[in-house]
Amino acid sequence: MNQFQYVRPSKPQAAIEAVTKDANATFIAGGTNLVDLMKRGIATPQKLVDINRLPLNKIEKENNGLRIGALALNSAVADDKLVRQKQPLLALALNAGASAQLRNMATVGGNMLQRTRCSYFYDLAMPCNKREPGTGCGALEGINRMHAIFGFSDKCIAVHPSDMSVALVALDATVLVSGPKGERRIPFADFHRLPGDTPEKDTNLEKGELITAVDIPDGPFTKHVHYQKVRERASYAFALLSVAAALDIENNTIKAARLAMGGVAHKPWRLTAAEQVLVGKPATEATFRQAAEVAMQGAKAFKHNAYKLKLGPNTIVQALRTAAAAA
Amino acid sequence: MKAQDKQIGAPMNRVDGRLKVTGGAKYSAEYELPNMAYAVLVGSTIAKGRLTSIDAKAAEKAPGVLAVVTHFNSPKVPGFDTAGKDPSQPATVGGPLKIFKDDKIRYNDQVIAVVVADSWERARYAARLVKAQYAQEKHKTNLEASVSDAFLPTAAKKNPKHPMNDYQRGQVDAYKTGAIKLESEYVIPTEVHHPMELQSITAHWEAPDRLTLYDKTQGTMATRRDFAKEWNLPEENVKVIATFVGGAFGNALHSWPHESAAIIAAKVVNRPVKLMLTREQMFTNVGYRPYTWQKLGMSATPDGKITAITHESIGQTSTYEEFTESTLAQTRMMYQSPNVTTRYRLASLDVCSPIWMRGPGEATGAFALESAMDEMAHMLNLDPLEFRLRNYTEQDPEKNKPWSTKFLKECYQLGAERVGWNKRQLKPGSLRDGEWLIGYGMGVGTFGAHRGAATVGAQLLPDGTVLLQCATTDIGPGTGTVMTQIAAETLGLDPKKIRFELGNSSFPKAGTQGGSSTVNSVGPATQEACLALKEKLRTLAGAAFASAKKEDVTLTDGYLTLAGNAGARVPYADLIKQGGDKAVTVEAKPGPEGQQYSMYSFSVHFAEVRVHELTGEVRVSKLVSCADAGTIVNEKTAGNQMKGGAVGGIGMALMEAAHIDDRFGRYVTKDFADYHVPVHADSPDVQVAFVNKPDPHVNNLGTKGIGEIAIIGVAPAIANAVFNATGKRIRELPITPDKLI
Ligand SMILES: Cc1cc2nc3c(=O)[nH]c(=O)nc-3n(C[C@H](O)[C@H](O)[C@H](O)COP(=O)(O)OP(=O)(O)OC[C@H]3O[C@@H](n4cnc5c(N)ncnc54)[C@H](O)[C@@H]3O)c2cc1C
Ligand code: SF4
Repeated sequence: MNQFQYVRPSKPQAAIEAVTKDANATFIAGGTNLVDLMKRGIATPQKLVDINRLPLNKIEKENNGLRIGALALNSAVADDKLVRQKQPLLALALNAGASAQLRNMATVGGNMLQRTRCSYFYDLAMPCNKREPGTGCGALEGINRMHAIFGFSDKCIAVHPSDMSVALVALDATVLVSGPKGERRIPFADFHRLPGDTPEKDTNLEKGELITAVDIPDGPFTKHVHYQKVRERASYAFALLSVAAALDIENNTIKAARLAMGGVAHKPWRLTAAEQVLVGKPATEATFRQAAEVAMQGAKAFKHNAYKLKLGPNTIVQALRTAAAAA
Repeated sequence: MKAQDKQIGAPMNRVDGRLKVTGGAKYSAEYELPNMAYAVLVGSTIAKGRLTSIDAKAAEKAPGVLAVVTHFNSPKVPGFDTAGKDPSQPATVGGPLKIFKDDKIRYNDQVIAVVVADSWERARYAARLVKAQYAQEKHKTNLEASVSDAFLPTAAKKNPKHPMNDYQRGQVDAYKTGAIKLESEYVIPTEVHHPMELQSITAHWEAPDRLTLYDKTQGTMATRRDFAKEWNLPEENVKVIATFVGGAFGNALHSWPHESAAIIAAKVVNRPVKLMLTREQMFTNVGYRPYTWQKLGMSATPDGKITAITHESIGQTSTYEEFTESTLAQTRMMYQSPNVTTRYRLASLDVCSPIWMRGPGEATGAFALESAMDEMAHMLNLDPLEFRLRNYTEQDPEKNKPWSTKFLKECYQLGAERVGWNKRQLKPGSLRDGEWLIGYGMGVGTFGAHRGAATVGAQLLPDGTVLLQCATTDIGPGTGTVMTQIAAETLGLDPKKIRFELGNSSFPKAGTQGGSSTVNSVGPATQEACLALKEKLRTLAGAAFASAKKEDVTLTDGYLTLAGNAGARVPYADLIKQGGDKAVTVEAKPGPEGQQYSMYSFSVHFAEVRVHELTGEVRVSKLVSCADAGTIVNEKTAGNQMKGGAVGGIGMALMEAAHIDDRFGRYVTKDFADYHVPVHADSPDVQVAFVNKPDPHVNNLGTKGIGEIAIIGVAPAIANAVFNATGKRIRELPITPDKLI
């Protein structure tokens, strides 16, 4: 690990300033991702600005929704009464991620900003445009079982590994950000980026910008929700593919629907076209299949991840089935 | 537990259990010596070629750095020029990598430098500053692409009696003309041992010609011999200490480059040096279960008699060692078949050498054989258990000798009952529970009941306790515990009054802990040492004892007593006062029975699996492992072995695979995010049953060995259950969801 400085401001403004001023400074929250990256030599910050003392961990009602502070722990959010009542899908997605120990350290802001798990990204001896722009994409013609089927570029085919973010994009969340130029709100769907020609940039967050909270508008998705995560073992593994599904059903007719996929793109992948297929239809297997087919339009596989073209629709059906049946 | 209770067979708690769970057990990386330095390895980033230069300037200037040792500046290791092949490892031709000896790169992440600093963190930082230049050559890391270059191992070429030679009984490849026949190919990927404890060593030159190693090893004597040879030292000048070993599964059966590196580094900085591998380096520098391709042909009569089997295999090895394992052994002796052909080949790749991993060879071979048994049973429309019973061997068809004991039928019965085999349907895909398809499968395992010579020292101490010592290691099975039980029963002494010390090359000698042979070998030595000790004490205890029968003498609470003679009670204190030697050292060796009998442990594993119809996820909902392992000395530790093996088998079946990107000849699976081992949620409550009948021929205790048969046969049991659930036959492990949708 490199030598680095460490500061622990107690005011957001001081933290923002510290990172803005210093080209090699970065925020650290739970550290569960950043410290790993530092140990591997992938992140080499010279200054760590610890934000754990900032007053940003509240979970509260706000206007017509929920406001979750950026420093709220993954476990605290998943166990929160309000969250479970109003947005149970978020709790399910959080609990599908990592392990209890990690969720006790990981924060909401850090979770959104965790970096890809592409093995080439993690190995300094391998080419990777995301880690070292211009070196090439190791995964493109390499071992790409875990990689994207949507929205990739020939510069990068990585996927975003967060489970929580799949639920948040489905729930129309908004990210609250405070930076050197003031505050702004970023719709969750616009927070993460596609790789394009600059895969080194995961999100649209600017240097020095601090995530302060996430807003989730209230909605009807309090009962028929499900987060289906398919992985290579029963627990504690990143998703091969995951689906967040939320339905509002009345008299077996779907009144509103939300659907998003994880493990398929450089960002959590919202499936709006498929949602439209669902609305107004009976909550049946045939409807779910139809939505799943629409959801997969435009998907393209690489050498080792063709299974996702089938696992995707199957998992969507499974998630919708389970959501519809949830009592 | 009281002295008069039966000790052998009792489910005694581990003697070191408390130390282990409270952190009191000291593992090799936990020794702190005065003036210690810390070493971190630097690995190559190409798979084949030559090192042209190493730029270590920045590393050398980094804070706290004491030395950067590379091929270009390493002191000469005297034994590298003389040490040839390793006599302890007859199956391995070639020899361990001689680190820093030349500029050749033989595999990716080969050790090219060791950085030594005054703290581990500083060494680690500086290690990243070392830059190497290479002249790269074209490498080969793909076995499938090297099939045409596969060769008969040199040891077999040289010696027609070598077990790796082609085997033939009856006609060659007779299955091809069989009435009902199959021919299938099977692949197991590279699997990595990954014990919880990382490989580590502390090397301390106590004098220029005296070396002490606190090392993670399965064999203190083997490690001592290897490094005595490497440095041209008399063996008694090298001491190896491995009091606790945090699991190994085979990867500490070999001496590895990091050990040589630490010893060289300690020489250079003239301080004790501690070196611990990273988890990434555990993939690349300490062996693995080799990627293996297999083809199995089988024919049978319509009434379910096997008429022929041909089993071929090609295993991966490195370019500098020919690593072989007994992949095809089970096929030659498990089933009654008049015609059997086996052919074993190797493919040399630009990779680190493999090393035996739990159930070595047999676990790989059993995946092919036991899957093929299931395939044939299916073709014959027969229950797979019935098919196995119709081809049961009452004596060893390979060696034409009687089994020393074989209670596999009893295992079948125990296991079938417990798993609920009667629920199994012949037609795949017949059972379901909602979205989950349910299936049942079985797999059989066997492993030789190996026994070697071992020596144990025993002495009565002044405080009335008995101290036993042996150089054997305990890598987790509970060796110290069962030896304490054996001693307690033999002496008639409370186990609390016995201490069994192990893991030190200065103790009386024993073989390496591997091949399920420790209890078979060290057990009888413990027993005989205790008998000899009793005998010695009897002669010191006066006339009544001297004329009594040996068996009647016991050591109870502070006294030597005689059965049936309440008056004969001699306090230890009296014996101790008497002077004279109260210590014995006894060697126990296998007898001639090995020539007369075929000696094997047997196991069968029954699995119930659930496969999700849409996502292809597999959950093992029941796993029942039954073993004929002779006498069970301790149900608890033996049960632990079986459960651990079963969980390893789940990993093998469903998730473990280390992949190399052949363009770079470099692993892409380099941590536990990419290389999955089972978590608790993947493992059902494994049920274990033992036949627990003594084998009268392996040794006096009646033991046959457990560690290997615990995993051999588990993976095919699960694969066969997946077939029964889904109708999909997966012949390439692991069975991940993508293969089932
Ligand atoms: C073994 C393991 C398994 C895992 N499995 C899963 C899984 O299955 N599913 C899953 O979703 N995740 C998984 N994770 C990832 C885990 O969820 C993330 O590591 C965690 O959420 C990161 O949160 P943190 O607070 O620790 O972030 P940190 O590591 O502290 O920070 C991560 C990044 O976010 C930045 N940052 C943090 N907070 C802010 C803020 N408020 N404003 C601006 N920038 C900020 C930091 O600068 C840093 O760049 C796993 C991690 C590990 C180690
Ligand atoms: S997919 Fe992206 S992260 Fe992975 S190697 Fe290519 S550029 Fe790097």
